[in-house]
Amino acid sequence: MYNSHKRFKHLDDTNQRLRRATVGVFLCLGQRNTTMYRPFLSILLLSFANALPAQPELEKQLQTLLIMAEDGSTVEFPEGTFTLSNTLSLDAKKNVTIRGAGQGKTVLSFKNQKQGAEGIKVTNAQNIVLEHFTIEDSKGDLIKTQQVRGLSFRDITAQWTGEPKATNGSYALYPVQCQNVRIERCTAIGASDAGIYVGQSDSVWVTNCVAKWNVAGIEIENTTNAWVWKNKAFDNTGGILVFDLPDLPKKRGGHVKVHDNLVTRNNFRNFAPKGNIVAKVPPGTGVMILATNDVEVFNNKIWDNKTASTAIVSYFIAETPIKDKDYNPYPSRIFIHDNIYSIGKRMPTWKSKLGFIFWWKFGKRVPHILYDGIQNPDWLDVNGILKPGYEICIRNNENGSFANIRADKLGLFKGKISKNAKPYDCEF
Amino acid sequence: MTANFKISVLFVIAVTMLGASDNCLIHKYILRQDLEDGAKPKLSDFAFYTGKISELVPAPNVFPYEVNAPLFSDYAEKARFICLPEGQTMVYDAEEAFEFPTGAVIIKNFFYWNDASVPQKGRRILETRLLIKEEKGWKALEYIWNTEQSDAFLEVAGAAFPVSWIDEKGKKQSIEYIAPNLNQCKGCHSYDGQFVAIGITARQLNREENNENQLLLWQKSERLALPEGFDPASAPRLTDYRSTDHPSYVKTSAGKQSTNHVSAAARSYLDANCAHCHNSHGPANTSGMFLDIGQTDPERLGVGKAPVAAGRGSGNRRFGIVPGKPNESILVFRMESDDPGIRMPELGRQMQHREGVELIKAWIREMN
Repeated sequence: MYNSHKRFKHLDDTNQRLRRATVGVFLCLGQRNTTMYRPFLSILLLSFANALPAQPELEKQLQTLLIMAEDGSTVEFPEGTFTLSNTLSLDAKKNVTIRGAGQGKTVLSFKNQKQGAEGIKVTNAQNIVLEHFTIEDSKGDLIKTQQVRGLSFRDITAQWTGEPKATNGSYALYPVQCQNVRIERCTAIGASDAGIYVGQSDSVWVTNCVAKWNVAGIEIENTTNAWVWKNKAFDNTGGILVFDLPDLPKKRGGHVKVHDNLVTRNNFRNFAPKGNIVAKVPPGTGVMILATNDVEVFNNKIWDNKTASTAIVSYFIAETPIKDKDYNPYPSRIFIHDNIYSIGKRMPTWKSKLGFIFWWKFGKRVPHILYDGIQNPDWLDVNGILKPGYEICIRNNENGSFANIRADKLGLFKGKISKNAKPYDCEF
Repeated sequence: MTANFKISVLFVIAVTMLGASDNCLIHKYILRQDLEDGAKPKLSDFAFYTGKISELVPAPNVFPYEVNAPLFSDYAEKARFICLPEGQTMVYDAEEAFEFPTGAVIIKNFFYWNDASVPQKGRRILETRLLIKEEKGWKALEYIWNTEQSDAFLEVAGAAFPVSWIDEKGKKQSIEYIAPNLNQCKGCHSYDGQFVAIGITARQLNREENNENQLLLWQKSERLALPEGFDPASAPRLTDYRSTDHPSYVKTSAGKQSTNHVSAAARSYLDANCAHCHNSHGPANTSGMFLDIGQTDPERLGVGKAPVAAGRGSGNRRFGIVPGKPNESILVFRMESDDPGIRMPELGRQMQHREGVELIKAWIREMN
């Protein structure tokens, strides 16, 4: 398993080279150090006054820095709270680092945003590092990166402040169509869709992150080769989701490992606007795998998620018509093992159709691992068991009780539940 | 002072080498220098216009153009021009943007009439956007006009300032006008991550101006190379969705327009206002919703299509388009919104385009 991580080694090397090559491009605002940085300022020829400029002027200077940044440079945002009205964007750069003075020290606030659907947007770039700052309260997403090869988010707090609410933006950290993505030691709070959302990407690490008070804590969607480990996902509606959805340019995700995470107390009400797939996630979901292939979930602590500690489901459960002919709505090659489960006796949520079914079927004794049982008939052998290459395997989980709700034959409510875990006792 | 001196020296060199109006880019090198020096080059340095610059009277190698389906930009008017280097031509393409010679510049001036019902009362030009064709591709530059209207100045980071005007109905309008920064230009002008021109296509430019076809006119003046036997009638052409016989513009008119016309106008509107991002090679291809004029798959257009990453942009609606039900369609919700996290297009619009919304609603209403 861990051997697989070495594929990212080149990224490490790149980053080291990057650090060495860092040239000081400093945004210097306060009195102190002004003299020291004067040579750099003259390179930039942005005439910063000694006094802090008014916010609109400052915003312009920040954006100018990002537009003018040379490949290989580091743009440093100083300590302080910056109120921004427009997206800060970086496009078509190589080896650029955007660095703050630390989480809670450099705060980019988009509370008064007037233009742009995200706080920071990075596009068409290579080897970009974003680190050491807090970003909050944008109208759309907080940080969206698209078409970036080699990308690190480190030590970033990305949050919507106040009570979690439907008017919060969608995604806190949102890499899409990216390659070699590392999200480390980041905190995502309050997203009305997903806190850490990786979409249509390849080769992804999400590690040592915290996701709380989001609808989905961490979501890996139509993404290949993702490792999600040593994170804490708690007090979300759903902790960690691995989804493949139809109608997207990148058709299939898969080869996802979810391990050594703490996924607990994800019982928060679902505050996502309807229409989105996460709006259908029942409060009380720990780990949910939807229509993805090759997913391994192991060594996690999955505690106190009241409705579905782990759910393995097809896209049919979303009850949305599928028109994408190339889309595979069934999960396959799923391996759930060596996790530690606990729920205690708690009612599953009523506030979602799925939750209601569980409550209807199980009352206070909802099994930990739930499978919707909707299977592709072409994948079954003569005994009605999934053929090798498509199997669902569940083994060696602590307290890992199982139920197949068999939503296939009889509809969501009528299916006669099977608690027989025998057909799923396998590994690969 | 040093910068000014450099500019003057380079100016003299450039003028000597290239002649005053032979090339649209006599100041290219100065400009480069300026970008590095952080000085502010002026629009007037390009000599696109003769006489008083705010009159926008084009120089000999500069000529105006009009499009069939304009992009809505908060009701701003646009004065569009193309500058071609002396003796050079554009090359026609039926589908993609025309091919431009190196050194060509596409110029778009954004302005409001002081009083739209009485244009004689003058106008205020706010910004001029340039697309410059360099050897390696297109590049954008953004100029902001001063209030005296004596010139416009380079602003890489864009600008925001309050603007008010009186609209055609005599109503006072005011907004915080936002001119894009250079990265935002590429937010729309992007095809597989490369900077591209958008509106310079056959379907946008194939139109009559003063009873003469624009493309044929340019062929005559040797500005455009057309294929042999070119016939405007069989060439692509977007419907002018502003045409006054359209129901969304003359709502009180008794005769109901044919569905065909509404559909053509709506598709033309979507092509011009959405498809620069919403196509399979554009920045919004992540959504799987493609609104280009050539799109024939209803689901790609949004019919019965669930959103992917719309977040609160879904507005609690389930599908992009629900046939017959504009008020249940996400497409309409996002066109109606003025919230930066919801509205579409993401950039360049703060006000609702009422007529555009009406048109798209009419189109959806008539769908089965």
